[in-house]
Amino acid sequence: MSIDRNSLIFDLTRADVLATGQVVPDPPRCVQCGICSYNCPLGLDVRAYAWAGESIADSRCLTCGQCVARCPRGVLHFARIGESI
Amino acid sequence: MSTDYVIVGSGVAGIAAAETLRAHVPGATITLISEDPAGFYSRPGLAYYLTGVIPDKQLFPQSAEALRALNLKWIQARVERIDTQACCLVLADKRRVPYDRLLLATGARAAAPDFPGGELDGVVTLDTYDDARRLVQRARRGTHAVVVGGGITAVELAEGLHARGCHVHYLLRGARYWANLLDAEESELIEGRLRADGIEIHYHTRIRQAVGTGGRLTAVETESGTQIPCKILAVAIGTRPRLELARTAGLTTDRGILADQFLKTNVPNIFAAGDVAQVYDPLTGQATLDTLWPTARAHGVVAAMNMAGTPMIYQRTVAANVTLLAGLPTTIIGVLGGANDDDLVAIARGNSETWLATVPTWVVVERHDVNRIRLMLGDRAINGALIIGDQTLARPIQRLIDAQADITAIRADLLAPGADVLALLHRFWTEWEAAHGPVS
Ligand SMILES: Cc1cc2nc3c(=O)[nH]c(=O)nc-3n(C[C@H](O)[C@H](O)[C@H](O)COP(=O)(O)OP(=O)(O)OC[C@H]3O[C@@H](n4cnc5c(N)ncnc54)[C@H](O)[C@@H]3O)c2cc1C
Repeated sequence: MSIDRNSLIFDLTRADVLATGQVVPDPPRCVQCGICSYNCPLGLDVRAYAWAGESIADSRCLTCGQCVARCPRGVLHFARIGESI
Repeated sequence: MSTDYVIVGSGVAGIAAAETLRAHVPGATITLISEDPAGFYSRPGLAYYLTGVIPDKQLFPQSAEALRALNLKWIQARVERIDTQACCLVLADKRRVPYDRLLLATGARAAAPDFPGGELDGVVTLDTYDDARRLVQRARRGTHAVVVGGGITAVELAEGLHARGCHVHYLLRGARYWANLLDAEESELIEGRLRADGIEIHYHTRIRQAVGTGGRLTAVETESGTQIPCKILAVAIGTRPRLELARTAGLTTDRGILADQFLKTNVPNIFAAGDVAQVYDPLTGQATLDTLWPTARAHGVVAAMNMAGTPMIYQRTVAANVTLLAGLPTTIIGVLGGANDDDLVAIARGNSETWLATVPTWVVVERHDVNRIRLMLGDRAINGALIIGDQTLARPIQRLIDAQADITAIRADLLAPGADVLALLHRFWTEWEAAHGPVS
C-alpha cells in the first residue's frame, strides 16, 4: 500500500468538499501555534475553532485546504458535514 | 462574601483554569498573576517563529479583547512566596494578594547548562517569548551556533538557527539522536535530514566548558579538547518544574508538586496544574510528570472545576505528542521503551515519562520512504506507537491505544514476516470503529 500524502489528505473530490465537506479539528493534537489562521486566505481564526473543539462552521470558509495542509501536527482534516472524524 | 480565586501562571494551564472558572462561577473574583510580560502565547509555537514560518505576533492565541472578556484581575509580577497560614501570596514588590483557592500553574523551565561558562552572554535556552525574540536578534546570517541537548527542543533550535542563516553545529553526547525514544533507523532518518540541511552533527561530544572573553561567548570546548568557535550556544538538556514557591510553602514535592486526581496538593485550597504538577494515576499507582501542552490544558480545566466546587477527576489519557522532527510530522503515543539518553538530564520537552517505561513488547515496523509507523505490541493491545510522515493512521492508532483495544485477532498477522501492517491496521480499525463508534 503506497501512501500518497495528497491523495489521502484530499480524498474527497473538490466539488464534494465544497458541497458537503468541512474542516474539523482534533483538539488534543493542537498547540495553538496559529499557522492555520495565519495561512487562511480569508483571515478566519481557525485556531480559535480548534481551541473550542468546533468544526470551522463559518460560511466564508472555502474549504481550500490551506489550514489542513499547513498544520504541522495534523490537527485539521476534512470530514463530511455531521461526521466527527 | 464571594470566593477569591488566584492563579499563578499565564501559560495554557493557567488560562484554561481561568476560562473554566469564569464559565462556572461567573461572578467570582479571579486574579491571575504572571511574571511573564508577554502573557499567554503558544510556547510550542516559538519553534515556528524561530524558523520564520509565522511572525511573532501570531503566537498569541487570544486577542486582548478576548482576554478582557474573561474579566480577570491580571497582575504582572513575580510571586515570591505563599503564606499558607494567612492564605495570601507575597509578591516580589511585597504586595500581598489574599486567596481562598489557589492554583499553582508555574510550569517548567529549561535546565541550566551543566558545564562551566553557562553564564556567558551568548549561552541561551528557549522557554519564553522574550528568549525567542532575543535569539532571533542574535542569529545573524553566517553566525556560528552550537546546539547541545536532545529531544524536540534541541532539534527545533538547530533548525531554527539554521533557518535564520546560522552555521549550526549539533553536539550529541552519544552515538545517535534521542536514543531513549527513537530506534536506530528513526534516529538516522532525523539525523540524515538535519545533515542534508547543512547542520553539522558531532557525535560522542561533550562540552567541557563554554569559553568567552569579556563575558561574551567565543567558543565551546569539548571534552576531547577541540574548540568550536561560536557566538551562540543553545542548550536544551531537559526541563525542570518550577517548584520554588511550593517547596518554600511546605507543599509536598517530588520531581513536581504532588497532586491527587483532583489536582489538589497536600495543603488545603491549593491546587497544581500543568508542567509543574506530578499527578497521581490510580491505574499505575504512580505520580507522573508531563511536559505537554494538551495535558497542561486538561489539568487547568480539572483543577478549576474542583476549585469551583464541582468535583472532577483528572482522567489521564495515553500520553501523546505530535511534532515536526526535522520537517517530518511525528506522533509519539504511549509506551515506547528505550535505553538511557545521555543528552538529557531530565525529562525532554514535548515528552512524557510514560513513553520511556519499558514493557515486554514486539516491534512492528512499516516503512514508506519517510513514512514510518512503529507499534509496540503487548500481548493483547497496542501499548505505544511512533508515526513519522503520513499521519493518516495516527488518530485511529491513538484511539486503539487509548481504549486498549483487543488486537489478538490480528496480532500474529502483524508479526508475520512481510506483513502489510498498514492494511491490517486499517481493516482492523474500520471494523473496530464500526463496533465502537467514531472518534469523538
Ligand atoms: C520550545 C518549546 C517547544 C515545545 N514543544 C512542545 C510540543 O511539541 N508539544 C507539546 O505538547 N508541548 C511542547 N512544549 C511544552 C508546552 O509548551 C508546555 O507543556 C506547556 O506550555 C505547559 O503549560 P503550563 O501552563 O503548565 O506552564 P507554562 O506555559 O510554562 O507557564 C508557566 C507560567 O507561570 C509563570 N510563573 C512561574 N513562576 C512564577 C512566579 N513565581 N511568579 C509569577 N509567575 C510565575 C510563568 O511566567 C508562566 O507564565 C514545548 C515548550 C517549549 C518551550
